[in-house]
Amino acid sequence: MEKIFKKPKGLNDKTMHYCPGCGHGIVHKMIAQSLEELNLLERTIFISPVGCAVFAYWYFNTDHIQAAHGRAPSAATGLKRANPELIIVSYQGDGDLASAGTAEIVHAAARGENISVIFINNAVYGMTGGQMAPTTLVGQKTSTSPFGRDPHFAGHPLKVCEMLATTKAPRYIERTSLDSIANLNRTKKAVKKSFDLQAKGEGFSLVEVLSPCPTNWGMSPPEAMDWIADKMIKEYPLGVFRDERADSEVKNDL
Amino acid sequence: MSKKVLMKGNEAVAESAIRAGCKLYFGYPITPQSEIPEYMSRKLPQIPGGAYIQAETEVSAINMVYGAASAGARAMTTSSSPGISLMMEGISYIACAEVPCVIVNVMRGGPGLGNISPEQADYFQVVKGGGHGNYRLVVLAPSSVQEMADLTYDAFDIADRYRVPVMLVAEGNLGQMMEPVEFKELKTEFIDKSDWALTGTQNHEPKIITSILLDPETMEKHIHKLYEKYALIEKNEVRFEEYLTDGAEIIIIAYGLISRVARNVVDKLREEGIKAGILRPVSLWPFPNEAIKSKIKQAKFFFVCEMSMGQMVEDVRLAVNGAKPVHFFGRCGGVVPTPIEMYDNVKRYL
Repeated sequence: MEKIFKKPKGLNDKTMHYCPGCGHGIVHKMIAQSLEELNLLERTIFISPVGCAVFAYWYFNTDHIQAAHGRAPSAATGLKRANPELIIVSYQGDGDLASAGTAEIVHAAARGENISVIFINNAVYGMTGGQMAPTTLVGQKTSTSPFGRDPHFAGHPLKVCEMLATTKAPRYIERTSLDSIANLNRTKKAVKKSFDLQAKGEGFSLVEVLSPCPTNWGMSPPEAMDWIADKMIKEYPLGVFRDERADSEVKNDL
Repeated sequence: MSKKVLMKGNEAVAESAIRAGCKLYFGYPITPQSEIPEYMSRKLPQIPGGAYIQAETEVSAINMVYGAASAGARAMTTSSSPGISLMMEGISYIACAEVPCVIVNVMRGGPGLGNISPEQADYFQVVKGGGHGNYRLVVLAPSSVQEMADLTYDAFDIADRYRVPVMLVAEGNLGQMMEPVEFKELKTEFIDKSDWALTGTQNHEPKIITSILLDPETMEKHIHKLYEKYALIEKNEVRFEEYLTDGAEIIIIAYGLISRVARNVVDKLREEGIKAGILRPVSLWPFPNEAIKSKIKQAKFFFVCEMSMGQMVEDVRLAVNGAKPVHFFGRCGGVVPTPIEMYDNVKRYL
């Protein structure tokens, strides 16, 4: 019988360390598939963040660099400016990107760096044990918001796509989710589009993926998917926040 | 060498870096070093493959250097004391990940926001660590505009040879003052970095640049590897300069611009028949321990002068190890000692 679904070339055979029901593995697969489909694997440098995905280099058949907490967009800037032929995948979680690295992501976007940012939003700090993140929902209980996030003391969730869409330079910003087959397909398309834009020299793109963390949410994997659908998407509406091709306005210098 | 030109120390750093093959500069404005990013922003866009990026913070600038240097490019950032504090996280990562790069610190008065006058109070931070963990930073201290150019050029070679970050420290007034300077030729041959630099996987298995080594035994092994390299640097890269130390009984130890103030003092002492000389550390790490030790026998005492409350003096005391007195005189807060007050302070111990 002919094999019609294969493991992507971009991933090796190691068993992933992620928890059951975690979204990282799903997005890793989409990244590897997209790079293979676009024939970009050999030009790719994968930047792993601080967080659960710090060990992404265990799985990808690409060159790899590990960046400090929040600093992946800066390392990405340096790599891309040094060698514009490289395809830079800057993979960051919400503690990394939306807290420690707010300056870096805002300015990489504002400069229009020709990189792809894959932003995994699971509303908690995963690796350190499920503490409150800037993206934690109001009322959500975490190990540092044991009574639920109180907006009077801890503010409201930070909306990265909406914030970055206020800057002029980015070409493509979309928020997707992993909670349903339709949304999985949408996420895969978005990831691939981001890489394609980069390969064509279009400029900055970011895909925010609402992703489950059953372990730190204290849920089963199916419950976690339901929680994304019922709660997270209400706070973080899915959709395209920016989709402009370079030829629609002033040509990006990169 | 080019013909002599009159230039600010900061501009000499920038021009020399370009001649050393640095095409990528990432920086952030801060006095008294802003002439460096300004110079780079004029020159680098005109060089094929060159880029000047004004980072959003010094934190970001050093991480841009990390990225660019990981791709195999010669990359640099510069700042002044408070900005260097912000870079310490990145320097620790770079040291662990063994990525070669050059950082210049045109030092100003501190702590805190301090002021924009020259000081040498960053010695502890840059020589003893600053960032977290077990690592060393090669630290070079020029005392003239010419040396700012020469040491910048050499810093890139040292960085590439050992895959380490190298820092140049210059007092703010050295960055600002103008002196005649000659530049070396544009460098065209570089160390091959293909065994580690990130270029994509066309011709090789995936490579990784990282500073996470989760298993303690593996981390310890990596640190030992770094320290074997540091031992080699201590063996090969110690730099110092001597002035009238032959038979000198008073050994003045000073680095950077203040060593030139000390020359006036030594000349005056010599006129009076007092045998004084200067040992000027050029590399603050590796520190010229052996050179200092070699003066113990002849010295009545050592006299350390710094523009700080006394930081390098601790390393001098370690080298002398109680064998002879080590006296200290320092001004801080951005005050540059005059030859007269340095002279008076030496005389106190005669």
